[in-house]
Amino acid sequence: MTMTNKQRYDKVFMDALNLQPQDLNDDLIYNSVAAWDSVGHMSMMAALETEFDIMMETDDIIDFSSYPKGMEILSKYEIQF
Amino acid sequence: MQTYATPVIEEMLGTPPFALEAEAKNALYARTLSDLTLHHYERSREYRRVSRLVGYKPQTELQVEDIPYIPVRLFKEFELISVDRREVIKTMTSSGTSGQAVSRIYLDRITATNQTKVLVKIVSSFIGGKRLPLLIVDSPTVIRDRALFSARGAGILGFSMLGHDVTYMLDENYQIDFARLDTFLEKHQGNRILLFGFTFIVWEYLCQALRRSGRQLKIDGILIHGGGWKKLASLAVDNATFKKVVDETCGVSSVYNYYGMVEQTGSIFMECSQGVLHASIYSDIIVRDPITFSALGPGSTGLLQLVSLLPTSYPGHSILTEDIGEVLGVDDCPCGRKGKYFCVQGRVKNAEVRGCSDVYASH
Repeated sequence: MTMTNKQRYDKVFMDALNLQPQDLNDDLIYNSVAAWDSVGHMSMMAALETEFDIMMETDDIIDFSSYPKGMEILSKYEIQF
Repeated sequence: MQTYATPVIEEMLGTPPFALEAEAKNALYARTLSDLTLHHYERSREYRRVSRLVGYKPQTELQVEDIPYIPVRLFKEFELISVDRREVIKTMTSSGTSGQAVSRIYLDRITATNQTKVLVKIVSSFIGGKRLPLLIVDSPTVIRDRALFSARGAGILGFSMLGHDVTYMLDENYQIDFARLDTFLEKHQGNRILLFGFTFIVWEYLCQALRRSGRQLKIDGILIHGGGWKKLASLAVDNATFKKVVDETCGVSSVYNYYGMVEQTGSIFMECSQGVLHASIYSDIIVRDPITFSALGPGSTGLLQLVSLLPTSYPGHSILTEDIGEVLGVDDCPCGRKGKYFCVQGRVKNAEVRGCSDVYASH
């Protein structure tokens, strides 16, 4: 069964930040949960790059500040949600 | 909360980081630092006390040299914070040994983000905008304790933004992990590699360890290192020797030192191809007479006062260090960068003045 991009995105978030599906919403922003600190951020960025086989620009890694913002950024890399 | 400095930083991010000439920079700094000082004065009780002690009266139109500066050690003794505690997302500490007092630097979201953005702008202007495969010359244990962040951990994470496939070169016992290293180098064969580490760690656990192992690396890479020469000075290792040994052991000939303090993370001073340190548009440096504290012009040695536009959540925008150095010139470094360029000669305590001549001698 192939997963949609949204499902893959969600899975990376849940695995990297140790979250449940109900945690994934517009209120999920950088530093709003303990695991999403600067260390968690870098490992999640690496996981997203591996999952979608992309390399993000530095500015996008810095601007990746929330769960919804991340989808907006990934769409620049032709990943549609 | 009013976050006055953010629009300034946001605007500046579009400007090349070494493009501002003295006149324009002075005007910008006089205005922005006056505002920033007032901002901290109004929000931090401890800063209010300290700045009054040095004769500061709340005002808006100060010249850059008249901006109050506070001794860097006060961050160890006082809780210097200019935002509500609940706004703090990260507390950074200087890497002091146990039992020693450490500096505590309180970061809110805006200050932390600006630090990262500015670090990336400054370093990218040296190594290019493309993220290179990155070797961290350190052990991953450094970032494991996440509750309290050391200067080393923060530096590693900041530089991690500039790379990809971030790989730690040392294992938990500070031994080179050759298996991991070989896999990494094979994977990125033909690509330029970025290496980052702290000066002493690079020297001791990479260069000296390679010498002992008898293995010589040939990395097509750029090394950026910083974090103080104190330990190396006691081993009588200067910048020229450091570069030579890095080249001999790792094959890396592009080596850039940076100078910065945990109290002013982000707006670091980078060494150019001429071997001198540069203030970017985000920071400035003033040399002060160690006895009268008056500001000294180029060519005079004194205590270094560091100025940064980034700190809004803690009053670290103007600090007096315990380092001595000399401004070598303004706007006219042969490398083409504008702004002040300078050298650091050492700590005030072990004031063996090496002079800046060995900076030049290395070229």
